[in-house]
Amino acid sequence: MSDTSARAVIVGAGHAGGSAAALLRQYGWQGPVTLIGSEPVPPYQRPPLSKAWLKGEGNFADLLLRPAAFYETNRIDLRLANEVTEIDRSDKTVKLSTGEHAAYDHLILATGCHARPLHVPGHDLAGIVALRTLGDADRLRPLLRQGMRIAIIGAGYIGLEVAASARILGADVTVIERESRVLARVASIPLSDFFQRRHAAAGVHIIMDAAVEAFGGVGGQVTAVRLADGNRIPCDVALIGIGAAPNDALARRAGLACDNGIIVDLATRTSDPAIRAIGDCTHRPLPLYHRTGRLESVPNAIEQAKQVAADLCGRPPPAPEVPWFWSDQYEVRLQIAGLPFETTETAVRGDPSAESFAVFHLAGDGTIQAVEAINAPAEFMAGRMMIARRRQAVAARLRDVSCSIRELAT
Amino acid sequence: MPKVTYVEYNDAEHTVDVPIGTTVMRGAVDNNVPGIDADCGGECACATCHVYIDAAWLAKVGLPVPGSQEAAMLSFAAVAQPDSRLSCQITMTPDLDGLLVRMPEGQH
Repeated sequence: MSDTSARAVIVGAGHAGGSAAALLRQYGWQGPVTLIGSEPVPPYQRPPLSKAWLKGEGNFADLLLRPAAFYETNRIDLRLANEVTEIDRSDKTVKLSTGEHAAYDHLILATGCHARPLHVPGHDLAGIVALRTLGDADRLRPLLRQGMRIAIIGAGYIGLEVAASARILGADVTVIERESRVLARVASIPLSDFFQRRHAAAGVHIIMDAAVEAFGGVGGQVTAVRLADGNRIPCDVALIGIGAAPNDALARRAGLACDNGIIVDLATRTSDPAIRAIGDCTHRPLPLYHRTGRLESVPNAIEQAKQVAADLCGRPPPAPEVPWFWSDQYEVRLQIAGLPFETTETAVRGDPSAESFAVFHLAGDGTIQAVEAINAPAEFMAGRMMIARRRQAVAARLRDVSCSIRELAT
Repeated sequence: MPKVTYVEYNDAEHTVDVPIGTTVMRGAVDNNVPGIDADCGGECACATCHVYIDAAWLAKVGLPVPGSQEAAMLSFAAVAQPDSRLSCQITMTPDLDGLLVRMPEGQH
């Protein structure tokens, strides 16, 4: 497994694919490394797209994962604006949209996710956008200015981060959510309540329990969102932020085992020993929680990039990490560590109205499964450490702010 | 151009150019120096660019501002020491030419 002179081909030049290429070189891989990306730019960081980049802050060089010259310096054959259309597993080649073929000894699929589409009448009108890529962000950016009206479908992280950026830029913002609270699928009720209040205070108009029935337009351009209850929300631009789905169609066509993502083990192996998969597109083991799942996050992409590079280069596997996420909205920083599986009790530490608090989620035996921290970096870090160590805690003590977080964590 | 020396946990040394205005984290990432994960890309959100500042440089680099995000993150970082910093919070200046930092055993 550690013939480091073999040919590695990476499909997908996002955070996962770009990191895997760099780590293969870092860990001593000598053979050719080919990195194939569908976008026209080298690997870059996606998290700022809905935040600093959208607000016109930062420059392109800072957005790049590594400098453009890095790939040549490190003998990484970077092929941009190129789709892989087919995997031939018996021949060990991939076919590119240009008609070329690339031969591999090890294939790494890092194909990411795509924004879930909203198939309602009018969905193909101009001015209806998703936000996954730099191209998406650059199309959206000039539309978010003083007086422009944006309708955001979906109150998930992308939707709320764009809502915050758009308000800061002076746009009028309406968020339309199907569930009865914001962040319903990804955060606890205290967190939803907090963000709902924070966005309302910033002037965001939030409509809950609302189903989008159609988009209306004039001359091919979106002008309104029509809801099932008959309400009509006028807009100049509409953002669809209703979640993401794994790009596993290529793997499925090649006959790899998939189930809401490409199924991999902790060494990123798929059902074909010559093919690995990493990042958002994988359905992976979650060892801390004795189950499997799909994670959409940068830390997950980097963790799996380390797993694949270590395994291919014959290094010991990296220690499993606690899954974590972050989001910035206005001056609020949210950091989440762990996943709230099989939790029976919640402990809120601190005062949500003071804009600094943490929500701990405990299993029946008191094991800390997850922590959500709002402007509370010490609670986030302490929580992440306690989750990694499978520490148990008493909810009443976590709630008691006279009990220092250091005392609780050690 | 100013240089920074990064010393891995296994004592392997990497001396690279880091332009003025660039962070010490970015200097490592751009040059593929091992030992810095930088999950969050420099937002001070993850503490995976943790380094120890060499004693000779500590006065020039300084310690995290008490009560800052960086100080709070470091207070529970794995294997933190009194000379710990998050390298995404150190921006290169002409004064820091020759800076030497050491990596912890791991970033998680």
